[in-house]
Amino acid sequence: MGNLMAWIDERFPATKMWNDHLAQYYTPKNFNFWYFFGSLALMVLVIQIISGIFLTMHYKPDGAMAFASVEYIMRDVPYGWLIRYIHSTGATAFFVVVYLHMFRGLMYGSYKKPRELIWLFGMFIYLALMAEAFMGYLLPWGQMSYWGAQVIISLFSAIPVIGDDLTLWIRGDFVIGDATLNRFFALHVIALPFVLVFLVIAHILALHEVGSNNPDGVEIKKNKGADGIPLDGIPFHPYYSVKDIVGVVVFLFFFSIVMFYFPDGGGYLLEHANFIAADPLKTPEHIAPVWYFTPFYAILRAVPDKLMGVGTMGAAIVVLFFLPWIDRCKVKSIRYRSVIFKVNLTVFCVSFVVLGWLAMQPATEILTLFSRIFTFFYFAFFAVLYVTSKNEKTKPVPDRVTS
Amino acid sequence: MSTDNVVDTKRRRFLVNSTSVVAAVGAGFVAVPFLSSWMPSERAKNAGAPVEVDISKLEEGRLMIVEWQSKPVWIVKRSAKTLSDLVSLDDILSDPNSENVDQQPEYAQNANRSIKPEISILVGICTHLGCSPTFRPDIAAADLGADWLGGFFCPCHSSKFDLAGRVYQGVPAPTNLVVPPHKYVSDNVIIVGVDEETA
Repeated sequence: MGNLMAWIDERFPATKMWNDHLAQYYTPKNFNFWYFFGSLALMVLVIQIISGIFLTMHYKPDGAMAFASVEYIMRDVPYGWLIRYIHSTGATAFFVVVYLHMFRGLMYGSYKKPRELIWLFGMFIYLALMAEAFMGYLLPWGQMSYWGAQVIISLFSAIPVIGDDLTLWIRGDFVIGDATLNRFFALHVIALPFVLVFLVIAHILALHEVGSNNPDGVEIKKNKGADGIPLDGIPFHPYYSVKDIVGVVVFLFFFSIVMFYFPDGGGYLLEHANFIAADPLKTPEHIAPVWYFTPFYAILRAVPDKLMGVGTMGAAIVVLFFLPWIDRCKVKSIRYRSVIFKVNLTVFCVSFVVLGWLAMQPATEILTLFSRIFTFFYFAFFAVLYVTSKNEKTKPVPDRVTS
Repeated sequence: MSTDNVVDTKRRRFLVNSTSVVAAVGAGFVAVPFLSSWMPSERAKNAGAPVEVDISKLEEGRLMIVEWQSKPVWIVKRSAKTLSDLVSLDDILSDPNSENVDQQPEYAQNANRSIKPEISILVGICTHLGCSPTFRPDIAAADLGADWLGGFFCPCHSSKFDLAGRVYQGVPAPTNLVVPPHKYVSDNVIIVGVDEETA
């Protein structure tokens, strides 16, 4: 065995990679609950790729056959229903863990110097994930698939001058049709998964280059022992690999409950209108995107002007990319930051959730007003952060991590 | 020039730069067929032939939907009262006189946006984000306000249009609904997708 590894290591850096990224990757010893979600996101990615590969073996990316082929998977393919529910529940689970992962980053300042690139790679992952989810949602070719895609693609028509030609180019037809379905299938199963995997590798490489942040926001590399190992660091494997397994078990527990008992999530995960085949002549009475897009959809609806609405919605995502430079406070963790920051972050998170809820309701006048108020709060977070973070009243940060 | 081991950095930089530029131009050309392949195919372009519609059975105040180029096309027969009501809405519409010429053929650029005053023909796709609005002829509908005179309401983002497809102010849709090219071959037969001869 030892000889075999030596033979391999002379030709391929297997042991070196194992040590660099797992056995001798030193991680702060004070990780808490919030540090489960990075590894969980990686696991969900694997779940989605595997279940997705098996779905493609039975699915037909054809406007005339797509809807029926999904029903075929559900009824006739052995365990087809299970594989499809794994994939559809996985999509929701992906966004749940990614949102919690991003919230962790906001709380503990994980996007700050020297981790700006980790944040940027992460934002690109988020963007690719949204594209992946959106294109995947068209494939069942139900009413929501069709009209959801119609609305999202039409967003590009708001762009002055080139807008209409651009939407024509994206659709490949004058309306959403077979051409659109076929290309979305190709992007969903080949192009975007490649992009996602590449970005995830970049995200992890950048993380392992600078080292993980932690709930105290202390750089553990500043306090190294005589052996050059951070005093507050423990090797990722076996310490955190074992901890993460506990997280995986608990996570799969919840995942299974949803998958087996509430696969359509009461109409929020698989929307009711999507059990009707796509009909280009009739929009469903009430159309709303799947829950993970709703906060941005509410922002779109809040603005009574096409170009401004689309622009505002785009800005709500783009502004997140600039977070490392909007937040000018040197202290990373929320534990040592001011009350203003804590209130600001709380208002931001509440706004995000409330906007998500608002987008699922029919747009009445009073709810539109609420959408406007919370859209304001959403953007106010960044403005307040920029203004107050420069000279923020922070608490003293300890030299070493606390337990 | 350099005869022995002296590196001519200037020449090296020129070669690297010129190779990069040539490669970039080449990559640009290679991208063209791939990007072009996303445009509508010849088959898609040929589809969407004009459709003939018989409106003899269409009753006053009713809407019928036909499919043209995979899009819903609405045909509404309006009452004389509806037509006289249209004028009263002018102040709260964005483009009451149909001045945006992209939204209708020349022969429909009039007060009723139609060839025959009572028959309105519209592409049933909201000019905001492409949903198909709902036909709401009920006057003073509870959810649309006491001054609602009938029209179309988009369930997606609450855009409102009157019974000539003219867009209200203060809604997300930027322009009036599109009037498709159409012509009458007889009193009750319309062809959607072909322009009326102007000659």
